[in-house]
Amino acid sequence: MAGPGRTTPAGDATYRELVRPLLLPSWLVIGILMVLPVALMAVYSFLTREFRGGVIWEFTLAAYDQFFFDRGLFGDEPPRIEWTYITIFWRSIWQAGLATLMCLVIGFPTAWFIATRPARTRGIWLFLITIPYWVNLLIRTVSLRFLLRDTGPMNGALQSLGLIDAPLPIINTNLAVQIGLFYSYLPFMVLPIYAAVERYNFALSEAAADLYASRWATLREIVLPVVKPGIVAGCILVFIPSLGAFLAPDLLGGAKTFMIGSLIDEQFRGSQGNWPFGAAAAMILMTLVLFVLLIYARAQGRAPR
Amino acid sequence: MKGVRHYPGFLALTILCLAVLYAPLIVVAIYSFNASTSITSWGGFSLRWYGEVFTGREAARFGQAAWNSITIALIASTVATVIATAAALAMVRGGAFRGRQASFALINLPLMVPEIVIAVATLIFFSAIGLTMGYLTILLAHITFCIPFAYLPIAARLEGIEATYEQAARDLYATRAQAFRLILLPLMMPGIVSGWLLAFIISLDDFIITNFVKGAGMETLPTAIFGSVKQGIKPNIMALSTLMLLVSVLFVTAAYLINRKGRQTP
Repeated sequence: MAGPGRTTPAGDATYRELVRPLLLPSWLVIGILMVLPVALMAVYSFLTREFRGGVIWEFTLAAYDQFFFDRGLFGDEPPRIEWTYITIFWRSIWQAGLATLMCLVIGFPTAWFIATRPARTRGIWLFLITIPYWVNLLIRTVSLRFLLRDTGPMNGALQSLGLIDAPLPIINTNLAVQIGLFYSYLPFMVLPIYAAVERYNFALSEAAADLYASRWATLREIVLPVVKPGIVAGCILVFIPSLGAFLAPDLLGGAKTFMIGSLIDEQFRGSQGNWPFGAAAAMILMTLVLFVLLIYARAQGRAPR
Repeated sequence: MKGVRHYPGFLALTILCLAVLYAPLIVVAIYSFNASTSITSWGGFSLRWYGEVFTGREAARFGQAAWNSITIALIASTVATVIATAAALAMVRGGAFRGRQASFALINLPLMVPEIVIAVATLIFFSAIGLTMGYLTILLAHITFCIPFAYLPIAARLEGIEATYEQAARDLYATRAQAFRLILLPLMMPGIVSGWLLAFIISLDDFIITNFVKGAGMETLPTAIFGSVKQGIKPNIMALSTLMLLVSVLFVTAAYLINRKGRQTP
C-alpha cells in the first residue's frame, strides 16, 4: 500500500529507453484480464437477466432496482425500500469493522512486542506471524470449523475441565463468522504495524518519560500519532478482504449469516442465479472499497512526510 | 524500570495472538494422525489417513486436482515473475516518466479489488468472449493476480541495488544485455526467487477466483477440498490439509532464507 517507490536519480535511469516495452506485458495482461473484465461487469449490471444464467443484451436498471426497492410480488405495487440486501451489506460492513477492531486490539500489542525484541529473536517472532499469512485460507477456515464444532476439541476440552456443561453453540452463528474474520486476517494487521513501529524513534518515548509522562500517556500522545500510517494500512488490509469474505461466512456461518461475498457468489450458481444482479452487487461492493481507499489515499497525501 | 519499550500485558496479548493463529492448525495436524474413523474421539496414533490420501477412494480425484494445482501454479508464477521483473526494471530504473503513477496503480490493482469482484468480472469476461471454462481460464486468471505478488519483492530488491554496478560494466564496454545478464540479474536473483515463491503459493492457495472460472469437472486442490468439506470434515481431508500446510511452511521458509541470504551479500 506504499507509494510507487522511489525513482532513481536521472543518471541511474539505466533502462529509460526501454520503459515502454518493459511495461507493455503488465499493461496488456492486467488491462485485458482485469480492467476490461471489471468494465464489462459494470455493463452487465445494466443488462437483462437470462434465466439459465447469463444475460440478454437489453439495457435495464432492474438489477439495481431489485437491490434497493421492493415492488411487490408482481412488480406493480408502489416501490418501498427493499431491506434484505441493504441489511446484508450493512451487516457485512459492521462485521468487517468489528473484525478490524478486534485485530487492532490484539495486533498492535503483538506488533509492538515483536518490534521491541532484540534483533536476534525478532526474526523468529516475525516468522511465526508470517507463516499463517501464507497458509491456505481455505485450510485455515476448515481447521477453525473443526476446532469450534459442537463436538470439537474446544468444547471437548472445556467440558472435560468442567467449565461448561453443554457444548457452546458457536458454529453456524454470527459469532463464528466474526471469529473467522478476525482469525483469517489477523496477520494482515500485525505486519504493517510492525513495519511502522520498527522505524519508530524510541528517543521520543524517552523524552516523554523524562518529562514525567506516564507509559500510557506516552503511548496515546506520542507513539500512536507517529505509527498511525501503519495502523491505518493494517486496518485497510483487514477491512477490505473481510468485507468481501466468502469462506468464513460459508464454512463457519449458518443460513442466517449471509455476507456480501455469499450473496454475490449465489447469483452465479446454477439456474437460480441472476448475473446482472450479482454484477450490480459486486459493483456496489467495489464502490464501497474504492471509497475507503480514496479516503485512505487522501489522508496519506495530507499527512506530513 | 524496564524502559520505554516495555508495556505490561503486551507479551500476554502476543501469546494470545499466536495461540489464535496456530491452535486450529495444530489441532487439525494432531487429529490427522488419529487412528479412529470418528473425527471426535482419539483412537491412538496412526498414519492411515495419509495412506488414504494417496491410495483411498478419493485418491484419484485429489491426485488429478493436485496435478492441476501444481502445473497451474508453476506456469502462472513463472509467467507472472517474468512480467513483474520487466515491470520492476521500468519502474525502478526508468527514471521519471509519464504514466509512472498509473502503471504502479495498474500493477497493484489485483491487490486493491476484492477477490470476489475479480472472480465475478473474470467469469463475465471469459463467458462473454466465449472461452470455455477450464484449465486455460484458471491459468489466465492466476497469471493476472500473481503479478503484484511477484512484483513487490522484486522491486524492493532492485531499489536496494545501486546503479553503479551496471554503470561500471557498461563503462567496460559490456552491452546492455551483458550488463543485465552478468551483473544485474544475479544481484536481483534473491528478489526474483522470493517473488516467484510467493506467487507460486498465492496461485496454489487460491479458491474464490478459481471456483468461479474453473467450469464443471475441473478441480484444483482447494476446490476439491472445498467440495469434500461441504459433506463434512473427514480424516483424510485433515491429512491432506496438514500436507498442504507443510508445503506452505517449506515455501515461506525458503523465501525467508533466500531473502536473508540476499541481504547479507550487497
